[in-house]
Amino acid sequence: MRNYANPTNFLAAARVATPILATLTGALLGVGLYLAWFVAPADYQQGETVRIMYLHVPAAWLSMFIYVTMTFAALGSLVWRHPLADAAQKAAAPLGAGFTFLCLVTGSLWGKPMWGAWWVWDARLTSVLVLFLIYLALVALWRTIEDPGKAARAAAIFTLVGAVNIPIIKFSVDWWNTLHQPASVFRLGGPAIAGSMLWPLLVMALAFTLLFLTLHIMAIRNEILRRRLRRLSIQTADADRSEFSAPASLGTAR
Amino acid sequence: MTRKQKRLALIASGAAVVSLAVGLVMFALRDNIVFFYSPTELAEKPATNGARLRIGGLVKPASLDRQGDQTVRFTVTDMKHDIAVTYTGLLPDLFREGQGVVAEGALRPDGVFHADSVLAKHDERYMPREVADALKKQGVWQEEGKSEGKPAAVPAQTAPQGAQAY
Repeated sequence: MRNYANPTNFLAAARVATPILATLTGALLGVGLYLAWFVAPADYQQGETVRIMYLHVPAAWLSMFIYVTMTFAALGSLVWRHPLADAAQKAAAPLGAGFTFLCLVTGSLWGKPMWGAWWVWDARLTSVLVLFLIYLALVALWRTIEDPGKAARAAAIFTLVGAVNIPIIKFSVDWWNTLHQPASVFRLGGPAIAGSMLWPLLVMALAFTLLFLTLHIMAIRNEILRRRLRRLSIQTADADRSEFSAPASLGTAR
Repeated sequence: MTRKQKRLALIASGAAVVSLAVGLVMFALRDNIVFFYSPTELAEKPATNGARLRIGGLVKPASLDRQGDQTVRFTVTDMKHDIAVTYTGLLPDLFREGQGVVAEGALRPDGVFHADSVLAKHDERYMPREVADALKKQGVWQEEGKSEGKPAAVPAQTAPQGAQAY
């Protein structure tokens, strides 16, 4: 039972935190989108198209942040065998896929008017596409393996191997010639973006982060409850048919 | 070592091996991973024999020559080497002199790069029009794109937009 103490605490904390986080997310998203669409100035080169950046860049940051979160959860799964880490891993993968998809789509919509191409195979775009495929593969892996413990271990190993892609994405624009521009905010010598555009971007980034946290906590909660349900139904089935089969997995094996 | 430490050590060594392998692969493939060559890189390469490739750099100021029927000639530069480019077709909106550009095509024996597609390359600077105008009016352009109004004393000619991107 010791192992389930933490998920129980988590459930109690999540019940309190979810509505607060959801309210904050909604408010901040509202403010951020208002700033991005109506307050922030048009760019001297890109004109109004620059407003895509307020969705694209936070989505891109989140796509990497979620993967880093998932990597730490994978370590928690593999090294400490913590069930909460399993749930955190599983809950993060579809969210990461969602944010990466948003990043790819908004980038493509920006690329056509600015570059003159919807898509090019440069190092940045390709490595982000690989990230998207990794997320999809993880979702598929979780659904392929029925036993939650085994699925968590397989997904954790896959996640750790895929983590090598994260520094490649970040530094692709510095290591190789790419069509994608280098970093504007996190760069040596300070941001290359005017203050009147940076603030709306940071508000949007915070709003996206809170959106992820809210959805992640809700998804972990669902996952914990789903596992309890699974265990209960196995116990019931075992009790019903105890004369046919040995009580195999009561969830105590791990 | 406890079991946890053993697992952690196993993961750490696995991560080291994977990183090393990927690093070596990327180093070996670095010529294929780059999206374009700068004029200097192209000059250092052995003869390309008309192979398809992409070149990237800045459109040299005052080099754009429109020849009618959508044919344009311009020079791509990285401040060290220049390449003459000829292209027939529609240019992207952001195509401007002094602006980054990537052209795909082949270098012909006459030394002219015949492009069949031209993409504009945007740099990492974002600023409102008024700020850009004010900076140009003062006769200074931002060094390294510092946005908080600290225009360095770099004349527009020697530090065009995005020059540091190449």
